[in-house]
Amino acid sequence: MIEVQNITKHFGSFRALDDVSLAVPKGKLVALLGPSGSGKTTLLRILAGLEAPDRGKVILDGVEATEQKARDRGIGFVFQHYALFRHMTVADNIAFGLTVRKGKDRPPRAEIDRRVAALLDLVQLSGLAGRYPTQLSGGQRQRVALARALAVEPRLLLLDEPFGALDAQVRKELRRWLRRLHDELGLTGVFVTHDQEEALEVADEVVVMNKGRIEQVGSPAAIYDSPATPFVYRFLGNVNSLPCAIHDGRAEIAGLSLAIEAPNSGGEGNGIAFVRPHDVEVRPPADGLPRAVVEQLAILGPVVRADLLLPGNISLEVELTREQQNHLSLAKGSPVGLSLRRARVFAGA
Amino acid sequence: MPKNNPAKPWRVIPGFGLTLGLTLGWLSVLVLIPLTSLFVMASGLSFEQWLAIFADTRVQAAFRLSFGGALVAALINAAAGLLVAWVLVRHDFPGRRLVDAMVDLPFALPTAVAGIALAALYAPQGWIGRLIEPFGIKVAFTPLGAIVAMVFVGLPFVVRTVQPVLADIDSEVEEAAASLGAGRWQTFHRVILPTLAPALLTGFALAFARAVGEYGSVIFIAGNFPGLSEIVPLLIVVRLEQYDYVGATAIAAIMLVASFVLLLAINGLQRWNRDRLSRGAA
Repeated sequence: MIEVQNITKHFGSFRALDDVSLAVPKGKLVALLGPSGSGKTTLLRILAGLEAPDRGKVILDGVEATEQKARDRGIGFVFQHYALFRHMTVADNIAFGLTVRKGKDRPPRAEIDRRVAALLDLVQLSGLAGRYPTQLSGGQRQRVALARALAVEPRLLLLDEPFGALDAQVRKELRRWLRRLHDELGLTGVFVTHDQEEALEVADEVVVMNKGRIEQVGSPAAIYDSPATPFVYRFLGNVNSLPCAIHDGRAEIAGLSLAIEAPNSGGEGNGIAFVRPHDVEVRPPADGLPRAVVEQLAILGPVVRADLLLPGNISLEVELTREQQNHLSLAKGSPVGLSLRRARVFAGA
Repeated sequence: MPKNNPAKPWRVIPGFGLTLGLTLGWLSVLVLIPLTSLFVMASGLSFEQWLAIFADTRVQAAFRLSFGGALVAALINAAAGLLVAWVLVRHDFPGRRLVDAMVDLPFALPTAVAGIALAALYAPQGWIGRLIEPFGIKVAFTPLGAIVAMVFVGLPFVVRTVQPVLADIDSEVEEAAASLGAGRWQTFHRVILPTLAPALLTGFALAFARAVGEYGSVIFIAGNFPGLSEIVPLLIVVRLEQYDYVGATAIAAIMLVASFVLLLAINGLQRWNRDRLSRGAA
């Protein structure tokens, strides 16, 4: 179990982390998700010992390690831009963590060679042991960096936007591969990303961060389905945010009778309702249903995205299948009726 | 492709012929022709006369000091220059820009001025000379003085070649080494030093070449005792003053060949090192 308690960190007057506490259970892969400047990389660097917190504790497997140096922590770190040693071959890069060990801690040469070969095999770069980093593609370099970090058998593997510098296709492959690798090796890992899709796909647990604080911790499904704060709603996935008036436990959205339950917000007054585009049901116009007009239609492969205009000049983005679109014979300018499958209201926002 | 122009290679970068021609012409006027004339003048010597020059212990001692001293000075500069570059790049302190500008002063100062200042400092009654005399170390008017002057004029070369490369080293590479368990010293000699090696070698070569050719500052501090603290350039001047033009050009020619061979060797070392770093890189 890896823990941080009440970590605060300033850079000059900028507060990068504000009283952050987090526990990473053994064997889990955790994503730190947030926009740039949210403090996720700083938290990762504090875990690795590359940055010292102003206040708070780092606890590794029950032992306080706040003052421990990076080299003594046994934590692997994979950098966004690989940080490979350019003057060393792939094999020497991977062996580095073993060859810098001293005295009896250093495995014999044959053992090092054997482990390097096994790691090369693991990251699927067996033929490239003698190459130099400049002769590899970005995806290959990142896998070398990963093998190098794994060579010292770290108790925790940290990855700082590991796929950030790669193109979309390679990125997709590599993140599936990382997930499989994690399942095979059972290692404990924390990775930083600003890509919500990456976090949801790869991680066991997602930590959403904003402005140096943790907004929410939970499984990918929990984070997506029940965001705890307006920030998490906006940050994860596409969402409509509609100003509304809360009265008697019901929210009046845009002066329409799109009234919904407001479960956990007791207050009266103004609020914001969050509605995911796929949680809006589009129907033929009928009495008793709120009405809207189709303003724009975009066909995105299997789904259709429609921008609807509600009375009062409020736009609402909805997603429906091609079938539904055909069935309703939607076109630009069509009048439609609406109902909401799911929405969430935050008071006072 | 038209048949009447079958094999003319086509280049993206224009003006190869013109620029190469200008380069060679310029080098000929500035370097090649004057140096060739040197050999032509020296060729007036007979074989026995050459032998006599080589056998002259005064000439041998001058060559030992010029090349040996330059080598020692360049080695000292490589270490000290690396340190200066390191401090200037890695640390921010009040007056850093001032120190940075000071590094170039040996470039700008007339070397005779530097020689006089150094001689005054290191003379037995000088500020520094007084302090080191009790330890039996004499700098002024000894071969050691020649080396001190050579160190002085060569310093900027190492600092200025190492500085940009050092500034370019990504701090993440060092952090990666630390997270893999490397100590400060291991990180330095296994990660940073190999990255700096080509620049350090270039700086070393430049400082060496400069020290071999240095005249003004050395003659003021070294004392110029024949066979002891006399450098080759001074010996050449001495021969010229004795109207021994052929002897002077002969010594100059030997010096030139020796310098060229050494610089070629250093160049080869650099190429070997560079190839090692980027073997077959696309």
